[in-house]
Amino acid sequence: MSSENSTLVKLNNAGFKQNDKWLVEGVSLTVKKGKIVTLIGPNGSGKSTTAKIALGIYKNIEGSVEKYTNKVGYVPQKISIDWTLPLRVYDFMLLTENIKDEAIDEALTLTGVIHLKNKNLGNLSGGEFQRVLIARAISKKPELLVLDEPVQGVDYTGEIALYELIKRISDTLNCGILLISHDLHTVMTATDHVVCLNGHVCCSGTPMDVAKNNEYKTLFGEQASQILSVYEHKHDHVHSDKGEIKKN
Amino acid sequence: MFDDFFIRALIAGLGIALVTGPLGCFVVWRRLSYFGDTLAHSALLGVTLAYSFELNIALSVFIISSLIALILIQLQKKTNLPGDALLGLLAHSSLAVGLVVIGFLTFIRFDIMGLLFGDILAVTTDDLLVIWTGGAVILLVLKLIWKPLFASTVNYELAEAEGLNPDRAKAIFTILMAAVIAISIKMVGLLLITGMLIIPAAMARNISNSPQKMVLFSIIGGLLSVLLGLFSSLEFNTSSGPSIIMAALVLFILSLLNIKQSIKLKN
Repeated sequence: MSSENSTLVKLNNAGFKQNDKWLVEGVSLTVKKGKIVTLIGPNGSGKSTTAKIALGIYKNIEGSVEKYTNKVGYVPQKISIDWTLPLRVYDFMLLTENIKDEAIDEALTLTGVIHLKNKNLGNLSGGEFQRVLIARAISKKPELLVLDEPVQGVDYTGEIALYELIKRISDTLNCGILLISHDLHTVMTATDHVVCLNGHVCCSGTPMDVAKNNEYKTLFGEQASQILSVYEHKHDHVHSDKGEIKKN
Repeated sequence: MFDDFFIRALIAGLGIALVTGPLGCFVVWRRLSYFGDTLAHSALLGVTLAYSFELNIALSVFIISSLIALILIQLQKKTNLPGDALLGLLAHSSLAVGLVVIGFLTFIRFDIMGLLFGDILAVTTDDLLVIWTGGAVILLVLKLIWKPLFASTVNYELAEAEGLNPDRAKAIFTILMAAVIAISIKMVGLLLITGMLIIPAAMARNISNSPQKMVLFSIIGGLLSVLLGLFSSLEFNTSSGPSIIMAALVLFILSLLNIKQSIKLKN
């Protein structure tokens, strides 16, 4: 019972087919309170699709999804907003829930964009907009956060700060996070569970388990698994220019 | 001072402007102007059926427009035709069917011009009741579905992911569109009703920086258009429906001046 209580969303052998083509199939994963589950995989491997299945955006799915919360914050990978709408950052923050002004200010301050509060959403840069998206998702104090490439377009120092923020939020709000990122380097430090996708689940487990997995190595290359292990026993050596991840 | 029919026209027009203001904003935001046209064209069929079977005109128009909206949704699912082609298909075929049916109803004298361009001066007390109660219900429902409808207008997936049920909101909004056409068909006519939805909202877009302001200005614009249009139609003896739309156009042009000014101020 207690383990069921902490489960926020559970995918059982879930898959989704569009125009007779499987976007992803056979995915099973569980996101629990206070845990960060990260999806990794090459382009077109079904990461975003898996997130949308978990969120209930895709309806006619194979397998099943059990969702135990309605307090969800979502940062989509791609968002197309129609600029026929006059929409300020402030209006956008209130999009799906009426939250208090203090909560809005707090979230915008945390992501470093409080000065943009009354700006028109259409006038923001890509990185600024991304910060607003994250602020909107966390301001409603969700139980489940789904972050699909949340720091795309954000400058490097900002990227690190935002990942630290995400980790802190998972601790303070005790919410579960489903994270999608192609940046293995930064992500692995905070992740509890990694699911490696390539149209199906290649392998999953702790970052260390995944790094050792052979399928993972063929997908991302030998170097990527070294990066993972660096983080598993951090501080025991210095790394030179190996920070770069080479994807094959 | 004024004749009774003119007072009734004013009350009817103002009631309709209160409803078309906010709904028109969604029509502009969701790019539904041609959809509005299609529903309005199908209203002719609704009117002819009302005469044939002695039904209430607003009710009959509402039923037919809702039906056309349903058929549209089905066609969108079942065919690969683009949305605008489907809308054109439905708009013109329902208009044609409506006109053919009128040809058969030789025993009734139709005021075709009134149907096409509206005849607000012929509004009866019963019509006022339909407009104001219908309008109140439409506004109330719109307020109830505002959050999911607006959120999904901004981004469908965010609304769906965060549990707002945007599909239901969209379906209800479609019914509201049919309803607003049903209650305003007599005033501005089926060729001009979309103008009443779009022009005040477009004017409001030019002068607002938030959704709430746009809705407010759209309502004010609609109310002013009705007042200006009706008084000038009385003054210059012009037809009332087109006069109201023309007044809305004048307000729109004025709002363009406002844009020019604010651009100048920025530079």
